[in-house]
Amino acid sequence: MTRRVVITGVGAVTPLGVGAEPLIERWVAGESGIEDGFGRCREFDPLDFLSKKEARRCDRFAQMAIVAAKEAIEQSGDEDGLPYEPHRIGCVIGTGIGGLPSFEEQTRKLIERGEKAVSPLAVPLMMGNAAAAAVAMRHGLHGHTYGVVSACAAGAHALGDASRIIRAGDADAVLAGGAEAAITGVATAAFAAMEATSPTGISRPFDARRDGFVMGEGAGVLVLEEKEAAQARGAEILGELLGYGATCDGFHLTAPQPEGIEAARAISLAVADAGLAATDVDYVNAHGTSTPLNDRSETMALKLALGERAGEIPVSSTKSSIGHLLGAAGAVEAIATVESLRRRVAPPTVGWEEAEEGLDLDYVPGASKPIENGEGPLIGVSNSFGFGGHNAVLCIAA
Amino acid sequence: MPTQVTPESVEKTIYDGLVELGTERDLLSREATLESLDVDSLDLVELAQIVEDEFGVELRGDDVKDVKTVGEVIDLVVSKAG
Repeated sequence: MTRRVVITGVGAVTPLGVGAEPLIERWVAGESGIEDGFGRCREFDPLDFLSKKEARRCDRFAQMAIVAAKEAIEQSGDEDGLPYEPHRIGCVIGTGIGGLPSFEEQTRKLIERGEKAVSPLAVPLMMGNAAAAAVAMRHGLHGHTYGVVSACAAGAHALGDASRIIRAGDADAVLAGGAEAAITGVATAAFAAMEATSPTGISRPFDARRDGFVMGEGAGVLVLEEKEAAQARGAEILGELLGYGATCDGFHLTAPQPEGIEAARAISLAVADAGLAATDVDYVNAHGTSTPLNDRSETMALKLALGERAGEIPVSSTKSSIGHLLGAAGAVEAIATVESLRRRVAPPTVGWEEAEEGLDLDYVPGASKPIENGEGPLIGVSNSFGFGGHNAVLCIAA
Repeated sequence: MPTQVTPESVEKTIYDGLVELGTERDLLSREATLESLDVDSLDLVELAQIVEDEFGVELRGDDVKDVKTVGEVIDLVVSKAG
């Protein structure tokens, strides 16, 4: 028997608000959550959801993951959680760096006041698996639980790995996603030093004027569930995670392989894993960072993987609306993808105006547009690529 | 200069410290058990840092491993200072 994986709950904390609903509704409306060159979650107050003690034992990325997971579980299950044995529920949450604010604060204490000033909470606050651990502890989960670290591909890797865990029969449900809150002095300076971030503070993926990404923060968590079990309990199925493809450029620390060869392979693997052909793809949620290098190589990868039809498929970037959520991006964008497909609409690449030679796909400029393909489920591809050459691609139906 | 150790000054520091760590002030009393306040080993290490900053009294893990109530923590600090 082939086990299949469906999405039965989604939760998000993003610069567009707390919740998956503001994320999709505001992006579809062409709005932006970016202010003053950053995609901050201004509406997020951890004490709205967590006790003081719980909040101070989590760095911001883990706090956001807890809130996103709570929303996803409430949509999927009931107040008692998900109706599976706790050891059959896992939790896999990716992050680029983990609790960087805590790391910087504790380093400052060490330098200014010495060893004795360093908090005993420093390690559990910083560790990259903290979000997965915190969510599992809050909900009493005992299945496969760990963090995934692959820079800006971490959220997508987490979802892909989680789907594999379910398919292999090791879990019936997995809370999977990504979380990042690293808008700190060191990270901001470091990305600027490598000229990765936009000096103008504008995220305009695929536009000729793009000059780097805009740092964002947030979290996205999905409830992934074995399809027959979800159907048997009468869960509302939002979409199906049909396929997953992962490759590595093995090329450069930060720059993508210019022709997008391995990124294209990841896309093709994801589509093939779904049992589909490139001609079946109706929509692409691009990685689309707004860096000169990514948007060019990603365009080439899409042409390689999707062939002649590449120019007909709407391709849009959530980062045009919320900035780059780094390790959370792949999960938040998977939510954006499934919700776009459910609405049968391709949200816009906000702010796209000027074409560049060779970047000639349909980037959905201006406003959302309908995805035209009959009445059946639509097929979407969500790309995530990370420093280190990591490529993780999800193929989703809804 | 460290604050002078008196039962009253230590109680105030311990109470304020526990509130800072997330305990409800209304629940605090000398008789309250650490378990009932959900105060665990990590909290005790943080509390020890607060005590040392305030009074210059060093508490180690071994010192607090058998402590059950808030009052016992206060008494321990006072006795260590003496």
